[in-house]
Amino acid sequence: MNLVVIRRKAANAVVAGLAAMAAAIMLACLAWIFHALLARGIDGLDVAFFSRLPQPSETPGGGIADALAGTALLTGMAAAIGVPVGLLAGIHLAEYGRDCAVARSVRFVSDVLNGTPSIVVGVFLYGLLVRPTGRFSGIAGAAALGVIMLPIVTRTTEEMLAMVPGPLREAAFALGAPAWTVTFRVSLRAAFPGIMTGVLLAFARVTGETAALLLTTFDGSRTAIRPTGPTASLAVTTFTHAMSPHHDRQQLAWTAALVLTAAVLLLSIVGRMLRAKVRWPSWR
Amino acid sequence: MSRPGVVASAHRCTAGRRLPGTSGRPHRRLDALLRGAAWTAATVALLVTAALGITLTRGAATVLSGLGTGVFLNDRWDPAAQQFGVLNPILGTAVSAALALAIAVPLSVGIAVFITEFAPRWLSRLAAGAIEVLASIPSIVYGMWGLFAIGPVLGSHVQPWLSSHTAFFQGALADHGMLSASLVLGIMIAPYVSMVARDLLARVPETVKEAAAALGATRWEVVRTVVLPHIRYGLVGAVILGLGRAVGETMAVIFLIGNPLDPGSSRYAPSNTIATAIAKELAGATTDIHLSVLMALALCLFVLTSGILALGRALVMRTARKVPA
Repeated sequence: MNLVVIRRKAANAVVAGLAAMAAAIMLACLAWIFHALLARGIDGLDVAFFSRLPQPSETPGGGIADALAGTALLTGMAAAIGVPVGLLAGIHLAEYGRDCAVARSVRFVSDVLNGTPSIVVGVFLYGLLVRPTGRFSGIAGAAALGVIMLPIVTRTTEEMLAMVPGPLREAAFALGAPAWTVTFRVSLRAAFPGIMTGVLLAFARVTGETAALLLTTFDGSRTAIRPTGPTASLAVTTFTHAMSPHHDRQQLAWTAALVLTAAVLLLSIVGRMLRAKVRWPSWR
Repeated sequence: MSRPGVVASAHRCTAGRRLPGTSGRPHRRLDALLRGAAWTAATVALLVTAALGITLTRGAATVLSGLGTGVFLNDRWDPAAQQFGVLNPILGTAVSAALALAIAVPLSVGIAVFITEFAPRWLSRLAAGAIEVLASIPSIVYGMWGLFAIGPVLGSHVQPWLSSHTAFFQGALADHGMLSASLVLGIMIAPYVSMVARDLLARVPETVKEAAAALGATRWEVVRTVVLPHIRYGLVGAVILGLGRAVGETMAVIFLIGNPLDPGSSRYAPSNTIATAIAKELAGATTDIHLSVLMALALCLFVLTSGILALGRALVMRTARKVPA
């Protein structure tokens, strides 16, 4: 072989090696994160963890029942607003207003909101709801989570509806179906698995959300779960306990982080599996 | 490129136009109802964004009108003495984001190229799955992992070497600090950047790559001469989108960066960022000016991330339009 060929092959091998190394580094990080979560978190994973309230420091046997209930309440309230509004907005973008000025600006603004750091959303609702009322509240937290959910649901719904082949709608119109029937019984039904992906990914995103809640619900540990006052949540409880110097608190934090990660991964994996089911023939 | 034609797509923008289909009265009412509801829901995003901008601007009014740009050039933070200089968090954000990008860009481009070009099928799937999992892990978990796992390793092995052999990362040795925070930040945004990059790489037409290979190019030569030039703008866009993430990230950084608002000698020692300063200070801000400064910081962050996003999105979409999936 001549020298040029050897040099070119060597360059190829070096780049392949570097690319493989990058992938290996990320895989190692993933393994390291899982190892840290499991090694430190699994010890605290018992019934008391899920069923009991936090105990005063240095008292063993505490749990995070309040945080679990709080997260369920907050995400539920956020979804009750964010999901239907996002769905309808997605319908507008894909079915009715595709290329209008309104649709184009909504698309852009949704992407901006999606890229807005959650801490900024937290400051926004702090200024809008917490400061004027003088108290941290579950309502403010749920509103922050709703603002985070909205663009995710909107854009996935639009994307999935846009993938539904036009001839499917045309066929329904040709049979004399009115527009709302076509939207609900043809387009939405055809895109349903994909739309569920968006909803699940939005849930996954807000379940792990911490920064926005830190500024709106605050740390509501050991308070009653009610939307008008400080509310505990899994993410914020994880944060405050991880920052604590007490070992039993840190143990709780790791177990909470393990549960949090498991929940978020479950939601996003199911979501991605649903999306993978969406396959349309190219009838264009 | 025109989207697949739908009968009703011709006059979408004219309000009140009747759509095809049966013209019975109840149907017409339901159609109007659904159209109206969908339009209203779409405008909610616009209203929310406007409310966000207005709330932050009004909150920051004291700073924007009274103090002017003074706080942005002052690096002394001391609420007791009414000193609210925010130069340190701003520089901290710039430095941490730059370091994070320096770590994330080679990693993410390497992974994306590995997945689409070099890896055998099974390994490519494994790596792609791992990237998606990494991208969905909540940032607070990255922060805890950094604090309890990466920090100690860096503090006892890497930082001593760096501070004795280079001019950077001087100062007291600690688990916390700019270095460990930026490293975690970089590892956190790398999967996100590589997912965008991978989507772009997958759009490069097979025929173009095959043509280059048929001319005798090695894999790397195909990537260097055909694939990367094809998606170069999109790739820059992907990196810019990653920058947007890095600039605004709070939880992955807050555990590690140390957060003294009036840091000591070195810019690379424990420091803070705009996001961590807000998270630490907002709940305790009692005076008007204190709150206003934090609101101004949040407004800066919003304007900055919006601009970054608009730029990155435009670049990615430019390439995505050129080579539709």
